[in-house]
Amino acid sequence: MTILETILFTLGKIAVLFTLILLTVSYLVYFERRISAWIQNRLGPNRVGWQGVLQPFADVLKLLLKEDIVPDNANHKIHALAPMIILFVAFSTYAVIPFGPTVTLFGYSVPLVVADVNIGILYVLALTSIGVYSITLAGWSSGSKYSLLGGIRSSAQMISYEISMGFSIGGVILLSQSLRPTEIVLAQSGWMWNAFIQPIGFITFLVSAFAETNRLPFDLPEAEPELVGGFHTEYSSMKFAGFFLAEYANMIIASALIVTLYLGGWQLPLVDSLGLPGGVVIALQILGFLLKMGLLLFFFLWVRWTLPRFRYDQLMSLGWKVMFPLSLINIIWVAVLIMIFNI
Amino acid sequence: MAEKKRLKDLTFWDKIYIPAILNGLALTFKNLLGPKFTLQYPEEKFIPTGSYRGRPVLVEEKNGVERCVACALCARVCPALAIEIQAAETESEKERYPEKFEINMLRCIFCGFCEDVCPEEAIVMSKDYELAFDNREDGIYGKDKLLIPVEELKDRIEFLRGYK
Repeated sequence: MTILETILFTLGKIAVLFTLILLTVSYLVYFERRISAWIQNRLGPNRVGWQGVLQPFADVLKLLLKEDIVPDNANHKIHALAPMIILFVAFSTYAVIPFGPTVTLFGYSVPLVVADVNIGILYVLALTSIGVYSITLAGWSSGSKYSLLGGIRSSAQMISYEISMGFSIGGVILLSQSLRPTEIVLAQSGWMWNAFIQPIGFITFLVSAFAETNRLPFDLPEAEPELVGGFHTEYSSMKFAGFFLAEYANMIIASALIVTLYLGGWQLPLVDSLGLPGGVVIALQILGFLLKMGLLLFFFLWVRWTLPRFRYDQLMSLGWKVMFPLSLINIIWVAVLIMIFNI
Repeated sequence: MAEKKRLKDLTFWDKIYIPAILNGLALTFKNLLGPKFTLQYPEEKFIPTGSYRGRPVLVEEKNGVERCVACALCARVCPALAIEIQAAETESEKERYPEKFEINMLRCIFCGFCEDVCPEEAIVMSKDYELAFDNREDGIYGKDKLLIPVEELKDRIEFLRGYK
């Protein structure tokens, strides 16, 4: 493959992924509203289009038409920069997550991942850490007490949970002996999903993912009743939409990451042994990946409308006194497994 | 110092949260699939019972004449000063009738005092809650809008008789 062809294929993959993420985000917002309504025995938005399916577009149009208000004592440059950072992080993290096996397209073998880098997991961890800056900067630059409190909470929360997140990933890397996401997926073939091998790591990673994406029960940076809107109190119009978009894009990334690291990625057990033609197997595997992601996203929404928010001190003690030791125990557990079974 | 005793000590399973979380998730999932209580308003309308205090209306007898004898007790008791009456004489048995009867729906507070005080059961609260107008003049309801046939107000009148 020449360089030009590689660039073209990569651009193609980026375009497909970008549209997919944007569409998923808009429908995630729609489903969030519908599912929250159903859980509360309501109907939810069902007026715009059939069963309200055009609601997300109406929402976006509304946000585009809103006036963009910046407070007088805000730091204008950083105020505008913060939503850009979070959007950049939200979209670029997806580059290293494989959504299917290597396929043959027009005579070329194309891996279904935008960038198959050998330090993919480090790349994800690095980018999600940049996401913290966005929220902190947004809170600080708004010139509002509520925003500042939200930003401070957020940075403390994200730093605390990133530690247990990193250590849970440690267990996965011990098993796959690689930081390359495609190899981590391949290491989980059959029923060797990491979620079954290291359930403790799976749970700590899941909880940390909730904390990292600022979803309930860990949405302290927003915490509507106490902080109005937290870090995005002073944002309006498309800048607010940027944060909104990024929150849901982060959810998609978090679920894609959980699928990749713990639920076997695009691999479906038994699908190889059915004797189906190669194309069908690949299609099933991509569908399997999307299905796993969809179920996880539903789980995200479902948990949000079930659990109440943690208190700040409870959040901190959970992060440092429970999640951190548990993720360490997980590493020891995986190490013992490797020692006994020589996996 | 005496040790503080909890009413019930948390067990190990209570402390790790997970059973409680699963319990909660099961409950919300049950509600997710359960029946919905939303009324889709313009298509489906809420039909109140007789105890509902909607807009006050004048009872119209079967012969098309209002019951009201224009005693103006309702206008007197109205805390929002929403009712205006002009009495006139009539040849019929009741001798007096309201020539003009206006309720300013912008002022009415739906307290139902007018209905309570009426000696003739002539003004009652109806089930009508759809009161929208686009200018202030339309908010003043005259006799044309206030007179409602007695059959349509049966529920309320029966409720009042049982209640008084």
